[in-house]
Amino acid sequence: MKSAVLVFPGSNCDRDLAVAIEQVTGRAPAMVWHREAELPDGTDFIAIPGGFSYGDYLRSGAMAARSPIMRAVSEAAGRGVPVLGICNGFQVLTEAGLLPGALMRNAGLHFVCRPVGLKVENSQSIFTSAYRAGEEISIPVAHHDGNYQADAETLDRLESEGRVAFRYTGEVNGSARSIAGIINAQGNVLGMMPHPERALETAHGNTDGRRLFEGLLEAVA
Amino acid sequence: MKARVFVTLKPGVLDPQGKAIHHALEGLGFGGVQEVRAGKLIELELADGTSDDEIADMCRKLLANTVIENFKIERMATA
Repeated sequence: MKSAVLVFPGSNCDRDLAVAIEQVTGRAPAMVWHREAELPDGTDFIAIPGGFSYGDYLRSGAMAARSPIMRAVSEAAGRGVPVLGICNGFQVLTEAGLLPGALMRNAGLHFVCRPVGLKVENSQSIFTSAYRAGEEISIPVAHHDGNYQADAETLDRLESEGRVAFRYTGEVNGSARSIAGIINAQGNVLGMMPHPERALETAHGNTDGRRLFEGLLEAVA
Repeated sequence: MKARVFVTLKPGVLDPQGKAIHHALEGLGFGGVQEVRAGKLIELELADGTSDDEIADMCRKLLANTVIENFKIERMATA
């Protein structure tokens, strides 16, 4: 698998994500700076890391979503290349219009940084095929703006089309219908607030995030 | 010329920050506040002749997230 990890000014999970991808796929991803206009030839997986791109100026993910590399990402996503956005990466994907809805300030106004319970709602996607439907896993979150909101019609559509990938099992940030991660209509773009790259090896205390990368590798390879 | 863009949350969109401000006002003893909604004010210094359409385009493409926010443009008389 030929992966690319985007790097924006203020990204801070890019190296963790690169380590996770290399551990699982056996190949280090290309680190692609936001000013680039193109992805490396043959990129077959794009990962957008967590962090605080552009200091969360204007809105989380707003500036990054308009950076030159995101035009190439939109084009690749349209061709069916898998795109995974984690935390700030999820915010970037919604701001770029690649996923519906918006991530607003946590309902409790506090930054939430702890492992949370997640229910795998859809185990049929390229990102979740290594999980069992309905399985409960634990993955850490670390965010201030993770409160997923969309209009009722959009939420109903996400649910009826099986595009809710993960749901929180308890109250975390006020997200509509406890949504923690969603997939686009085409099935190749996943945005999620929890950090699977932080639950990858036993030293992390939990390896529930590892299967996301393993499942994806199997789906892509 | 100058323009001001007011970005506000759409009616019905939950505003946790507005709620917190409301509670803080009540904590200070201001009892008559019914609701607080927080938004943004963005001031633009523009080339003369910039059209309203162009400013609205800036709002739709960057300044506001129209999924959750409305915007209002106000042109200012130049001093």
